[in-house]
Amino acid sequence: MKKLIYLDHAATTPLSLEVKTAMEPFWSENFGNPSSIYQLGIRAKSALSQARQKIAKILGAKETEIIFTAGGTESANVAILGLSRAIQKTLKKPGHIITTKIEHPAVLNAVLALKKEGFAISVLPVDKHGLVSLEKIKKTVKPETFLISVMYANNEIGTIEPIIEIGKLLKKINQKRKADGLSRIYFHTDACQAAGYLDIKVDKLGVDLLTFNGSKIYGPKGSAVLYIRNGVSLKPLIFGGGQENGLRSGTENVPAYIGLAKALELVQKNKNEEIQRLNKLSQKLIDGILKSISKTFLNGHPQKRLPNNVNITILDIEGEALLLYLDHYGICASTGSACHSQNLQPSHVLQAIGLPREIIHGSLRLTLGQKTTNKDIDYVLKVLPDIVKKLRELSPINISLKNG
Amino acid sequence: MAKKSKQNSSAKLGTRKSDILGRGQTPWVYSQTVRDHFFCPKNFMKLEEEKKFKSNAQGMVGSPACGDVMRFWLFIDPKTEKIKQCRWRTFGCGAAIGSTSMLSVMLTEKGGMKLEKARKIKPQDIIKRLGGLPEIKYHCSVLGDKALRSAINDYFRGTNQLNRIVPEEGRIIDPDTKTTDKDIEMAILEGADTLEKVQERTKVGVANPKIIPEVEQLIRFYKEKYSISDSEGKNG
Ligand code: FES
Repeated sequence: MKKLIYLDHAATTPLSLEVKTAMEPFWSENFGNPSSIYQLGIRAKSALSQARQKIAKILGAKETEIIFTAGGTESANVAILGLSRAIQKTLKKPGHIITTKIEHPAVLNAVLALKKEGFAISVLPVDKHGLVSLEKIKKTVKPETFLISVMYANNEIGTIEPIIEIGKLLKKINQKRKADGLSRIYFHTDACQAAGYLDIKVDKLGVDLLTFNGSKIYGPKGSAVLYIRNGVSLKPLIFGGGQENGLRSGTENVPAYIGLAKALELVQKNKNEEIQRLNKLSQKLIDGILKSISKTFLNGHPQKRLPNNVNITILDIEGEALLLYLDHYGICASTGSACHSQNLQPSHVLQAIGLPREIIHGSLRLTLGQKTTNKDIDYVLKVLPDIVKKLRELSPINISLKNG
Repeated sequence: MAKKSKQNSSAKLGTRKSDILGRGQTPWVYSQTVRDHFFCPKNFMKLEEEKKFKSNAQGMVGSPACGDVMRFWLFIDPKTEKIKQCRWRTFGCGAAIGSTSMLSVMLTEKGGMKLEKARKIKPQDIIKRLGGLPEIKYHCSVLGDKALRSAINDYFRGTNQLNRIVPEEGRIIDPDTKTTDKDIEMAILEGADTLEKVQERTKVGVANPKIIPEVEQLIRFYKEKYSISDSEGKNG
């Protein structure tokens, strides 16, 4: 069988074997409901609490500040909708939310839903590398602002946002607001792509709410965390038996959350070595592609980017066609091309960094992971130029590269 | 019975099966025929062939739906009005490449298709021959059939049979030559970057100077849209 080279770790990661082992006893053996009073239930409950403590420790938070949910999308929705609905009543005017153009749909669409409910929203632009500007945030803050949601690292172009700086800025703004008798602004970050590689100590980041999930860090799908700083009150989206502090009713997915805690522990423990290793590989891939294929350029920030993200535009060809060819060679990748999306719209992230539609067509995202080897990179560098040559031969257009 | 006929129709046209590419909610797969044509495209215009290929009709269209571009070259036998040879290039997805390739086969098989018949080819005909396309990809086959009709018009224009030109939907800019904004877009994509060059191809405004400012504006618009330079080499 043809070897599979999986370079789509930003989409999802395989479950790591250690995580799988950690989860194993909680399917059929220790299957109890944590709410039950007998031993089986207590065992599940204490394992769940240990998992929560483990995560809290890594985040520099308290156990009570961690809730489990069924995914990154849910966590972001609880954070944004939950906070907004809790705060609504305390506000005289419609509340105001600030976010960025390059957020994941889980954040953008949640914010858009709130707009329909009457909230005011500002969606900030980013620069050509995908960075949001502190200046713009400062200028956009209004007396009615109560929430800022900025992603920690972008899933498409890998750009790392200045979360620490935004946290500091907000601290200052909030101090002044307190003196002025204004309500405080809360800060949420979507750290789904970042949790595997970056520091997620919540006090250092200055965030009040933080989202990350298992399926991007070699943990199980359908598992995620929302960190909620003590004193921040949210309204639940799901009602029932009152689990997870009343914010996420429903019997806890014990094995998944045990796996999530283990996964976070592992990626955070090994992150320094892994970053070094991946930086080398991704740099080799970037340099190799830019050198061997004409009319290509890197998307995202040249330095402030995730170590595993390579997003390159290859002019004059279309991304879905490129993916089909790569798949033919056993390589799994992704593109922001309109032809590859459900609504025939090009990637909103690549649009936000100023790329026109026909150029977004040629975007290729390769996201590396734990199992990616030097050999894999060599293989991609070997087959990609030929694929591009073939597709360019079929292409009637010839876009000129203006300024890289 | 009812169930069976439903199955049949979905097999004929779009299918919403599971996924090989899988971003988004309803992922798609292509039929084996689409994949065959995608990986081994028939009749596409090879680079080294372009200068030598004898064509007497050309067509180029852009898709408003997703921003793709398709180009056709035909050699039509003036006596029989049959399409003897056909070449194409496509800037688009797997379905776009597959359907253009299939269309080129349909046009030239069995000694070549008559122009009048070729003009009546519908996207559905191409989709059927392809063994179906995912619904979301129907528009990609529309593109090929549009490019073909634009080439046929080009043939009639070139052979001075202006009465046989059937303009595409698209806005007519010059009623005398039935030139539409799409024709101008096509000319720009073919490398015409001045009014004179666009007129060489489309004859737009030659007898109708008062529309020239509008034509010039369109030229500017499309040049900016594609930022195409006519001097640069293919892989330059
Ligand atoms: S050409 Fe864009 S979706 Fe097929």
